[in-house]
Amino acid sequence: MQERLVVIGNGMAGMRTVEELLKLEPEKYEITVFGSEPYGNYNRIMLSPVLASEKTIDDIMLNDEQWYVDNGIKLYKGKNVTEIDRVARKVRAEDGTEADYDRLIIATGSNPFMLPVPGADLEGVIGFRDIYDVDRMLDAAKQYKHAVVIGGGLLGLEAANGLMKQGMDVTVVHLMDTLMERQLDAPAGKLLKKSLEERGMKFMMPAQTEQIIGEDRVTGLKFTDGTVIDADLVVMAVGIRPNFSLAESAGLHCERGLVVNDTLQTFDPRIYAVGECVQHRGMTYGLVAPLFEMAKVCANHLAEHGIARYEGSVTSTMLKVTGIDLFSAGDFHGDESTEDMVFQDAASGVYKKLVIKDNKIIGAVLYGDTIDGTWYFQLLRDGTDISDIRENLLFGQAHLGDSGHGDDNRVAAMPDSAEICGCNGVCKGDIVNAIVEKKLFTLDDVRAHTKASSSCGSCTGLVETILAETVGGDYSQAPKKKPVCGCTEHSHDELIAAIKEQGLKSKQAVYEALNWQTDDGCHVCRPAVNYYLLANWPAEYKDDAASRFINERVHANIQKDGTYSVVPRIWGGVTSPTELMKIAEVAEKHEIPTVKFTGGSRIDLLGVPKEKLPAVWGDLSEAGFVSGGAYGKSLRTVKTCVGSEWCRFGTQASMSMGIKLEKYTWGSWMPHKFKLAVSGCPRNCAEATIKDFGVVCVDSGYELHVGGNGGIKVRATDFLCKVDTEEEVIEYCAAFTQLYREEARYLERTAPWIERVGLTYVKEKVVEDAENRKALQQRFEESQKYVQIDPWKERAEGAESHEFTPLTVNAG
Amino acid sequence: MAWTIICNLEEIPSLGSRIIKSSEGDIAVFRTSSDEVFALFDKCPHKGGPLSQGIVHGKRVTCPLHNWVIELESGEAVAPDEGCAHSIAARLEDGKVSLDLDESITAVA
Ligand code: SRM
Ligand SMILES: Cc1cc2nc3c(=O)[nH]c(=O)nc-3n(C[C@H](O)[C@H](O)[C@H](O)COP(=O)(O)OP(=O)(O)OC[C@H]3O[C@@H](n4cnc5c(N)ncnc54)[C@H](O)[C@@H]3O)c2cc1C
Ligand code: SF4
Ligand code: FES
Repeated sequence: MQERLVVIGNGMAGMRTVEELLKLEPEKYEITVFGSEPYGNYNRIMLSPVLASEKTIDDIMLNDEQWYVDNGIKLYKGKNVTEIDRVARKVRAEDGTEADYDRLIIATGSNPFMLPVPGADLEGVIGFRDIYDVDRMLDAAKQYKHAVVIGGGLLGLEAANGLMKQGMDVTVVHLMDTLMERQLDAPAGKLLKKSLEERGMKFMMPAQTEQIIGEDRVTGLKFTDGTVIDADLVVMAVGIRPNFSLAESAGLHCERGLVVNDTLQTFDPRIYAVGECVQHRGMTYGLVAPLFEMAKVCANHLAEHGIARYEGSVTSTMLKVTGIDLFSAGDFHGDESTEDMVFQDAASGVYKKLVIKDNKIIGAVLYGDTIDGTWYFQLLRDGTDISDIRENLLFGQAHLGDSGHGDDNRVAAMPDSAEICGCNGVCKGDIVNAIVEKKLFTLDDVRAHTKASSSCGSCTGLVETILAETVGGDYSQAPKKKPVCGCTEHSHDELIAAIKEQGLKSKQAVYEALNWQTDDGCHVCRPAVNYYLLANWPAEYKDDAASRFINERVHANIQKDGTYSVVPRIWGGVTSPTELMKIAEVAEKHEIPTVKFTGGSRIDLLGVPKEKLPAVWGDLSEAGFVSGGAYGKSLRTVKTCVGSEWCRFGTQASMSMGIKLEKYTWGSWMPHKFKLAVSGCPRNCAEATIKDFGVVCVDSGYELHVGGNGGIKVRATDFLCKVDTEEEVIEYCAAFTQLYREEARYLERTAPWIERVGLTYVKEKVVEDAENRKALQQRFEESQKYVQIDPWKERAEGAESHEFTPLTVNAG
Repeated sequence: MAWTIICNLEEIPSLGSRIIKSSEGDIAVFRTSSDEVFALFDKCPHKGGPLSQGIVHGKRVTCPLHNWVIELESGEAVAPDEGCAHSIAARLEDGKVSLDLDESITAVA
């Protein structure tokens, strides 16, 4: 039998929880929803654009009444619940409507705080919370002239802006001398005030309201200093109070909000609570991003998956006043233990401040140029060490050696036809439409529905900006801790730590110890788990073919038509007439349609049908070739230039250095692909400074460079150190590679890995600590023992033959 | 009904697949971790990718070309992707896997 779930509060948090629950267990509950507002569920944060006539009520509906019908949900709209009987497990509304529950969700949101001054109950004095309030403001704008908004915070300024757009003369009254003092510091607050004044908004600040004047309807406002101003409409936007009176009257423990634990349960385990009405770990929230995180966790427990925990949120704010760019997050005031980094350009109205503590960003305020808001916020939440990028931090992500996408992303100015995602051909208009029509809130939703940002990911920043612009000032950014995939709540780092610390040596052990939700994982987690096990237990763990993406399973690259390409190793890119003739013979014998030099200095044989792979490999391996690993999250190519062997500028023997490195490192599995290069002099013809590990020979030895990347987002390497001998090059290369193999997340290339952990950290482990360097090298060499076996030869000789032979039906 | 025995269960790797050629194109035969068997035409509804080469998980397979996830039972793509790879009834009896191949489809050796 279905259990009965009752939801009190038809707002953003309550309905988000129901939506998340329907995704997980659509049949589990018979659901009843009570909402005191007479509508379906709408996007409250978009009331400001509605007030400013930039959107209509229809635009901001999230779930219309048909949605409830389609999902078999009983909606009691316009019904205010006044009683929860926890013994009989029943809720009762004002008009007597009752519903029984097995589980209950309280999502009653909050109420606008009304200043307790004389006259606060006069007609024309309202809060700013729901459609009803907006209707009253729009009505007032048609008949009256003077509006006063009390409160110079986010809500107050959005209300003032909307009323001004409706033609009213608006004065904002604020107690403090800085606008939005909870989100902005004084300089940013001043810039904001100036640009709002330029638009015609008036300010009285600091000013304290003493009395609201009027007979029936408000006519004016009196301040403590005696000043009086005219007012036909007063909007109070001085704060919100969590709405928990109903919960309290039912005997649930409340403090500043309805108290819940990490699974969003109240003190009565049958009763959950989400949204602005709750108090979690002493915090209450007034933005949607935390509510969405709560909804996910709550739904997970209602579905009895029982794995998720809500651990609090760090929030950021943007102001939804068209034409004003403002972003703020974290602790932006700082104290004696913090330092500020400030950039100010008064002429262009740009102000940026970052608050740094222990080399980490703990707060940010951006005004006038907010393009890097999401990036700073990410660094803040990840606790990234910024020592290595300090000098360029304030100039933004575009200045971090990223030449590919560092241009000016004024997304708002882009036409709908502008292509945002080059991989999947998705235009700005497609993304905006999907967000509006399908009611998308998160980057993952947009990826799933439009495919934008789902392939190479280089347009993620643009998509996030479009999302933020379309759904409003805030939207649910990726949670701080990102699970590996839907099979688990654990992150890559937790997975790596558990395998190491608990000595987990099989997939099954991992799934059990970490409470996997699926029996055999999925295409996202299985390859990751397989890699981590392999990297940690090279001698004991046996590679699992079923956890390998096809290219790695069959040691060739799948092509669009289902055929494969074959790239043999050409050590250091140096070949011989004999080798070339052998390749030519193989290509002719097997009628290979395309033979091409790759961007990695070797030869690609394209268009081989799967069944023919073992035969092609057999012939190549007879001729002395081994697999080039062009398909793997593994060691790829070692590019070299001719160097001192021939070149008039060459300082060292770069060809033979490259060959040595390739013979030493080939076969090794990595978190992502790994490329090397050796250039014979600083002219750098082998492009060593965009490789994962690059060597640039100089007269006195070898400069070692790490963390470079061509590809999607170009990143030049960081200089690691200089060494004197070839042996040292090998030692450092092994140590660096092994550190990356042991600590990076699966599918994280060296470039983003180094940006995350910091070059300083890598230097500490590889350069400064000689003992550790040797230990890393030793572990690398140990693991190489098990992998330098040519996979092509094995398969040509019959291994895994089921892969390459179709089944046949024997007659009879 | 025309149940045709095509192989022993052991000939298909667990969480893997084999293909069998037919007059209507390749058929992919999958084996799950709980030893259930399913068969689909080996053509992804997206751009025709060979589903037999994908990663099998639960009762689903992920296409190797662009990661669409396909239900093994019905051939339907998992939302929000839309499309269907045609499925063929498959069964396991006494360790033997057979497919329901009607007259229009003949297995070619
Ligand atoms: C064959 C080759 C193109 C060519 O005809 O020259 C190639 C082909 C592919 N590259 Fe590449 N890349 C090739 C050199 C490069 C280079 C140049 C280089 O290595 O100096 C780069 C930029 C350098 C770098 O990696 O930093 C390069 C950056 C990429 C990227 C972006 C990686 C990144 O971190 O941004 C991808 C996508 C990915 O890995 O996710 C990619 C992915 C691919 C894939 C594997 C796409 C796929 O998943 O099917 C292509 C496989 C085709 C095939 O079957 O062979 N390929 N690719 C080159 C093979 C080199 C080799 O001998 O092994
Ligand atoms: C104008 C405006 C702009 C905003 N802008 C932003 C922004 O840019 N970014 C951001 O992150 N956040 C913004 N917010 C805040 C955001 O809207 C709230 O955080 C969010 O809506 C809270 O969700 P909730 O479900 O907790 O409460 P609500 O959405 O308020 O839902 C609670 C619902 O419960 C109903 N209810 C209450 N008691 C009962 C009862 N006893 N019986 C039945 N029903 C009941 C209420 O009528 C209400 O519909 C804004 C808010 C406003 C008002
Ligand atoms: S070979 Fe590389 S650059 Fe060329 S189409 Fe494929 S992935 Fe893109
Ligand atoms: S062809 Fe299968 S996902 Fe594209």
